[in-house]
Amino acid sequence: MISGHLLSAADLTKQEALNLLSTAKELAAITDGPNKKLPTLRGKTVVNLFFEDSTRTRISFETAAKRLSADVINFSAKGSSVSKGESLKDTAQTLQAMGADAVVIRHGSSGAAKRLADTQWIQAAIVNAGDGTHEHPTQALLDAFTIKQYLRNDQEDLIGVRVLIVGDILHSRVARSNVLLLTKLGAQVTLVAPPTLLPVGVHEWPVTISYDLDSEIQNCDVVMMLRIQLERMADSFFPTEREYSRRYGLNSVRLAMLSKSAIVMHPGPMNRGLEISADSADDLKSVIIDQVKNGVAVRMAVLYELLGGAKIGETK
Amino acid sequence: MIKINNAKLSDNSLVDLEINNGVISKLSKSSGKQGDGIDATGKLLLPGLVDLHTHLREPGREDSETVLTGSQAAVAGGYTAISAMANTNPVADTAGVVEQIYRLGKEAGLCDVNPIGAVTKGLNGEQLAELGAMADSIARVRIFSDDGKCVADPLIMRRALEYVKTFNGVIAQHAQEPRLTINAQMNEGSVSARIGLPGWPAIAEEAIIARDILLAEHVQSRLHICHLTTAGGVELVRWAKQRGIQVTAEVTPHHLLLTDELVENYDPIYKVNPPLRTQKDVMALREGLAEGIIDIVATDHAPHPAEDKDCEWQAAAFGMVGLETAFSVVVKTMIESKLMSWTDLVDRMSTKPAQIAGYKQQGQLIAENTPANLILVDTGASWQVERNNLKSKSKNTPFNGMNLPGVISEVIYSGKLVLSNRLIVNGNHG
Repeated sequence: MISGHLLSAADLTKQEALNLLSTAKELAAITDGPNKKLPTLRGKTVVNLFFEDSTRTRISFETAAKRLSADVINFSAKGSSVSKGESLKDTAQTLQAMGADAVVIRHGSSGAAKRLADTQWIQAAIVNAGDGTHEHPTQALLDAFTIKQYLRNDQEDLIGVRVLIVGDILHSRVARSNVLLLTKLGAQVTLVAPPTLLPVGVHEWPVTISYDLDSEIQNCDVVMMLRIQLERMADSFFPTEREYSRRYGLNSVRLAMLSKSAIVMHPGPMNRGLEISADSADDLKSVIIDQVKNGVAVRMAVLYELLGGAKIGETK
Repeated sequence: MIKINNAKLSDNSLVDLEINNGVISKLSKSSGKQGDGIDATGKLLLPGLVDLHTHLREPGREDSETVLTGSQAAVAGGYTAISAMANTNPVADTAGVVEQIYRLGKEAGLCDVNPIGAVTKGLNGEQLAELGAMADSIARVRIFSDDGKCVADPLIMRRALEYVKTFNGVIAQHAQEPRLTINAQMNEGSVSARIGLPGWPAIAEEAIIARDILLAEHVQSRLHICHLTTAGGVELVRWAKQRGIQVTAEVTPHHLLLTDELVENYDPIYKVNPPLRTQKDVMALREGLAEGIIDIVATDHAPHPAEDKDCEWQAAAFGMVGLETAFSVVVKTMIESKLMSWTDLVDRMSTKPAQIAGYKQQGQLIAENTPANLILVDTGASWQVERNNLKSKSKNTPFNGMNLPGVISEVIYSGKLVLSNRLIVNGNHG
């Protein structure tokens, strides 16, 4: 798959993405059993290289790798040589020398994962776990997995599924990866945000753009709320938290406008009361906890494919 | 004495010439015979090139470039005069610092090194530097620039424009509205949207150009726009020239050839400020240069050590080296495309820059009794850029591996052969 790395949702063909989802489904079924662990990646070393704090993504990858019996090393920038000014290159070469087979990288600089893959700094398989404001491809895979589970369980792809992605598109790696992957799988994506939080150039994306959540919410199957960073307010992307919440937040009124079968998603961590009200987050339509669960299965599938584990079923 | 035989001039005539005491002492129609001089058969003889935008990094970052290594790179690129930007450490904002740079240039002895003075103290944009003292120093500074930073405060810009009228100075503006470019990494457009890098919008350049054109008109002073990059900027300068405003503009070779599509892989070799723009901008810049709306080509030669490019995009430094590739990139983009003639190239890379800066020994037509700052070019030949062969101390060229037309084989600076058969042969450092 994808020349040995997972850097962007754009690197996946439709078929490769569907294969990953079906591998994830098989793995999920196995790990739902009493013995959650598979021996497929025994002897392989997976490094979680996290330059930004992200407990949930890191433990999701860690769980995934451990369920496949890989050795996991967590390398977080804080308190390490990185905080003493070590360069990404030197860190990568150190991990190479220690024999990392895969590096899962979260970095604040867009393109950091791509740089690791393109340079000669390290030979390991690179998994992008979020690079700056660029992409977060495993999040898109787990979102696609969850949408399929709820809305297209009996079908191959996501043709006809109407997805709203609401919030800070400009700074969102989740939005970029989801636009690429979900449209590739046949979904129709609408981005809803104030114009300040949409990138210049967004009109070239294969999506519909709207500034008005109320006019879109009745006509969707999925509403995906993005986390809003409070510091955006200081930069005048919107006037106040309350105004943002009123215009772009998911609340009980808007929840009631959703179609009966629609689902509510959020990549987490949530700002309850800001982009999503507590009752919306905890509503029956909310699949946020399923997203977290599916994240482990999808990341198992990615590591499994990248590190060339033995075929599922041939292992015990 | 140096003799050059059978050289072609840009008007296609063939000449022999003799150089004595720093000037062309004899210029005649070619006899067709080879004597004891340089055989220039098949080569074009042009005035030495003049750069108004060079970062030499000395004093302060001698690991990236020194006045000497920068002079060597200049000579290899066909330049007989360069202009050292003020953003050194310490900043070139006093007579002392500009005189130091001027003296280092004299010591190197390979080309004229003319310091540019800072507009404001420490490039801080708040208080004028001692512009008069720099103008009166032995370096005779006439160009002032905070390049790397924009003189963003309109009042400071106005005062600077007014003040330099005393000695016919010019303010060279790095046009970048700082508030519109906070943390900006690349051109804002479809590529930045896709790859998730904070955008540097064209408007941030154009807003300052528009403002400064109006200021220059109001106070009747001379404005020079550094590294113009946008189609909109070309239109603004065109409008200003039609109104008779004293504005000149430069374009870099990299902005004539490269676009923001190259940023797609996040290789910081393409990280530069102002950023690479779109193909539409590139075409507008080429047309603007051909038309003379953009007056000159300037390199914005910006050396950086390897570690500042061998990293992730956002950690990398802005800038590209350009002295050694500028001529060939202009040949490729402007001559091969038939947008410009050789005469135009001489105008944009030698005559006009010398006029803007007031470099009297430079940019003159090739005639008897004019200063002998000359280059010989094999126009039919091409060369492959190999970063490790660059004379510059830094190797951050975006053109590595490219095959470029036009080989500069000889350079004569102030009557002295400093480049012979592509090798540096003279100067004061052997």
